[in-house]
Amino acid sequence: MTAIVSLVVALLLLWLALWTVVARDAFVAVAGFVVYGLLLSLVWVRLAGIDVALTEAAIGGGLTGALLLGAVGRLRGTEAAAWSERSGACTRAFAVLLSVSVATVLALCVLTLPEPPPTLAPQAAENLAATGVGNPITGVLLAFRALDTLLEAVVLVIALIGVWSLAPDRFWGGRPGPRYGADPDGILTYLARVLPPIGIVVGLYLFWAGADHPGGKFQSATILAAMWMLVQMAGLSDAPRIDSRWLRAGIVVGPLVFVAVGVLGAWQAGAFLGYPDGWAKPMIVVIELALLPTLVLVLALLLNGAPARSADSPPAPGETSLSARSTRPMPAGGTRQ
Amino acid sequence: MTVETLFALCACALVGIGLYGLIVQPHPLRKLVAFNIMGSGVFVLFGALAMRGAAAGMAADPVPQALLITAIVVAFAATAVTVALLLRLIESTATASLADEPPSGD
Amino acid sequence: MELWTSTHGGALLAPAVLLPFVGMLLGLLLGGRQVQRVAFVFMPLGLALAVGITVAWLREGQTLVYLLGGWAPPLGIALRADGPAVAMLLAVAGVVCGIGIYARADFGTPLGVKESRAAFSYWLLLMAVWGALNLVFVSGDLFTLYVALELLTFAGVPLVCLAGSGETLRAALRYMLFALCGSVLYLLGAVLLYGGYGTLDIPLLADAVQPEPIARTALALMTAGLLAKTALFPLHIWLPPAHGGAPAAASAVLSALVIKGSWFLVVRLWFDVMPGVVTLPSAQLLGVLGAMAIVIGSVVALRQERLKLLVAYSTMAQIGYLFLMFPLAFDATGNTLMHGAALTGGLLQAVSHATAKAAMFMAAGLIYAALGHDRIADLAGVARALPVTVLAFVLAGIALMGVVPSGAYLAKKLLLDAADGSGQWWWTIVLQGGAVFTAGYVVLVLVNVLRRRSAALILVKRVSRRSEFAALVLAVGSLLLALAALGPLPGHLVSNPLAHKELATTVLVLMGGALLALGLSRAPLLAVARSAAGANEGRLRHAAVAIGTAFEHADRLVRRWPFASIALLTLAAAFGGLLLVGAPK
Repeated sequence: MTAIVSLVVALLLLWLALWTVVARDAFVAVAGFVVYGLLLSLVWVRLAGIDVALTEAAIGGGLTGALLLGAVGRLRGTEAAAWSERSGACTRAFAVLLSVSVATVLALCVLTLPEPPPTLAPQAAENLAATGVGNPITGVLLAFRALDTLLEAVVLVIALIGVWSLAPDRFWGGRPGPRYGADPDGILTYLARVLPPIGIVVGLYLFWAGADHPGGKFQSATILAAMWMLVQMAGLSDAPRIDSRWLRAGIVVGPLVFVAVGVLGAWQAGAFLGYPDGWAKPMIVVIELALLPTLVLVLALLLNGAPARSADSPPAPGETSLSARSTRPMPAGGTRQ
Repeated sequence: MTVETLFALCACALVGIGLYGLIVQPHPLRKLVAFNIMGSGVFVLFGALAMRGAAAGMAADPVPQALLITAIVVAFAATAVTVALLLRLIESTATASLADEPPSGD
Repeated sequence: MELWTSTHGGALLAPAVLLPFVGMLLGLLLGGRQVQRVAFVFMPLGLALAVGITVAWLREGQTLVYLLGGWAPPLGIALRADGPAVAMLLAVAGVVCGIGIYARADFGTPLGVKESRAAFSYWLLLMAVWGALNLVFVSGDLFTLYVALELLTFAGVPLVCLAGSGETLRAALRYMLFALCGSVLYLLGAVLLYGGYGTLDIPLLADAVQPEPIARTALALMTAGLLAKTALFPLHIWLPPAHGGAPAAASAVLSALVIKGSWFLVVRLWFDVMPGVVTLPSAQLLGVLGAMAIVIGSVVALRQERLKLLVAYSTMAQIGYLFLMFPLAFDATGNTLMHGAALTGGLLQAVSHATAKAAMFMAAGLIYAALGHDRIADLAGVARALPVTVLAFVLAGIALMGVVPSGAYLAKKLLLDAADGSGQWWWTIVLQGGAVFTAGYVVLVLVNVLRRRSAALILVKRVSRRSEFAALVLAVGSLLLALAALGPLPGHLVSNPLAHKELATTVLVLMGGALLALGLSRAPLLAVARSAAGANEGRLRHAAVAIGTAFEHADRLVRRWPFASIALLTLAAAFGGLLLVGAPK
């Protein structure tokens, strides 16, 4: 029974992927990708990766989907021009040939994988106790391979600097994204008032659970970032100025605290990013707590994009007249046109 | 066939599909979607390998799963930078073509 | 084993990686004018650390190792610095400091502005590139290296379009998308290796890897992906517009430093992770691609109208040089790639290119700034107006040509010896011919800047003395690199530059280069050549121009997306096939 479910999921995934890639319309392709992302989470559940499933659903599906949907609404007719540039039959034939060859060779590799499969699970299990956390994935992310996690936070910050650097000079120090006016009767405003308290509770629960159960800072940060975006899109609060001091402090606190804890480890445990006996769990919690604001801010700001308004633009009014409704741009995740 | 082999083979096909899109789709946004599909193929393959490595009472090898979480976040960052670049390009040139400008007339 | 326990000097490795990132984070936090100040505090610190690592490495006489968190691989991550890593760390630290001094004039925050976008982004991204490169050099884990590659890409791409024009945005987007293809292929290979061998630690993998399908597939995919990021011909789709269009201080970073990251990873994979999987035909393919890059890149460079694009195409040619060592390092008896003279030669080439190319872009940038344009045909009188800048450009060019005692000279010598030793005489021709091509575009620029100008040259801007000085120091550094490298190498390798043999080679190379420049330059080089010379020469020039134009067309064709992406996969397939063909039975 489960085998049949898996097979159906796999076939559906392939069909969606193919549809997404060949569809003529960009909006259709992106919509297909969003559904694909949801289905992918299901695959992760079947592959015994609840943590990955949560991350995939939150970031791979949710945030990436929102980003692409936001972009597809702003293509301004560049699609038609691009379509006229599409490759000829010969190129496409070559592309099919090469893609199929790569897939075939990979499949052959998969079928000749060594038995018994190599694994680090026993080693991870053996050393997990020393980290004080119950979730082995958290153990890997914050003890055995803590450097990767630190670098990942740095990657996000660099990506954010890169996105900001694309702003037109006149908007430097300004606010990213369009300004959303509030629509007091809108469904979005209603959601933005009702959902955040729930979202914050769920987000913090996922954060807390991550030490011993599936969940963790990324999934939690994504939900918190989504709540913030919702509040912004409903016009209840404006995107921050990128030169705001508190914003910058929030962005750098995670990696800087991480490095500081690492240095403490070098001093107390004899190795950078090491934890002294019995202190692993509290130090890991400190790192995760510090990373949380960084992740929430950076994920949301990456979604917001480059600064697109001058710093002097007044913050969105809380409750405005109905005239705001007509000028309100569509939210990033909303429908097209 | 086990679940992990099934999804590993599915992953190989996803990589192929993504590659095809990357080559033939002219619009940068479509290339980006294809990149994400190809990337997810690589991730699923890694996930299937992790499940093959189930041992010591764990349902899967936790090391690849942890690496995957990092990789998914990195792929999101890549997507965000690319989207920002694309939107800025459209804003300033009103085109999204990757082709070189035709060589100047002289 | 000593590769899996921390050594004394290993403690310096984590700070070397993290220091630039901490600088970046502090700069971001403090903002405004402080960004540049923070960068200038961290640059000497980073340089001192690199020197410290070099000293520790020399003193300990072995690879420096550091186990992060005390966790040993395969569960944990080790940082390691061997000879190549130490050399690159030191070179990059030096070049970053040089570029930093140069960039002060271009990327200062203007008075009355609280924070300027270009300055803020430039200094933070410079730090990010530096940290990412250090990580590439010392990381001992293939996944951490993937993260490092992405760090490098995310930091490099925005540098391309700091000026914000449509053309540079397009170049940056192209760079980003193509680099993303490359990184997915790399990650795919790393995943396969984990599936096959259960570790991503380099020495552990080196022990476990067998010449079998999974390792071959992984090597082929990863190599193709990394070549896309390095922009080796025919995968240079993004390089000329990106490097030619960026502000000079950013071009110097991209051209001298960023491409060295993915190149270094190819070296790691081929020499340290899977030397036993490599076969001679596959190594020859890398060399052939390198040779094609040299020829096509140099010819197209000679056809350029603008100085910065000339330098960008010269980078494309110089990247080719970096791959000539692969076939020469192959040991036919052991069927493996060997650490040895060829690898040393390749590394020296990389270091001398990093220093010289940074200097060249800086000089080109200064000329552009002073004149308000960089049309090669209109450079008359520049030598008189900007003598130091021109001197830096020419010295950098001479260093790249491989004249005694430049680093490129020593590199060429080591590679020539390796070619002799392994009986691969054809690479001798490529090595010598490449120097002639380099001489070609140096002569082209030199003749134009030395030309007298009838009217006085009007400079639109005074160039900063400090910037000129930075360019000159890097050029001189590259020129004297052989002397510095002599510490660990045998002394007989460097001969007297004024000895008959050396002098004759230099003169021959310069004459060959002059002929190339005469034949191929877009605007006729000497007015006399047109009027006084016979019809024969006119016809020769005509033929040469036709060849040059053909190369330009080929280059434009190759740099179209469908072609480049198909070439990428074809190369992966070709490497896969060649790894199979030459394998021992």
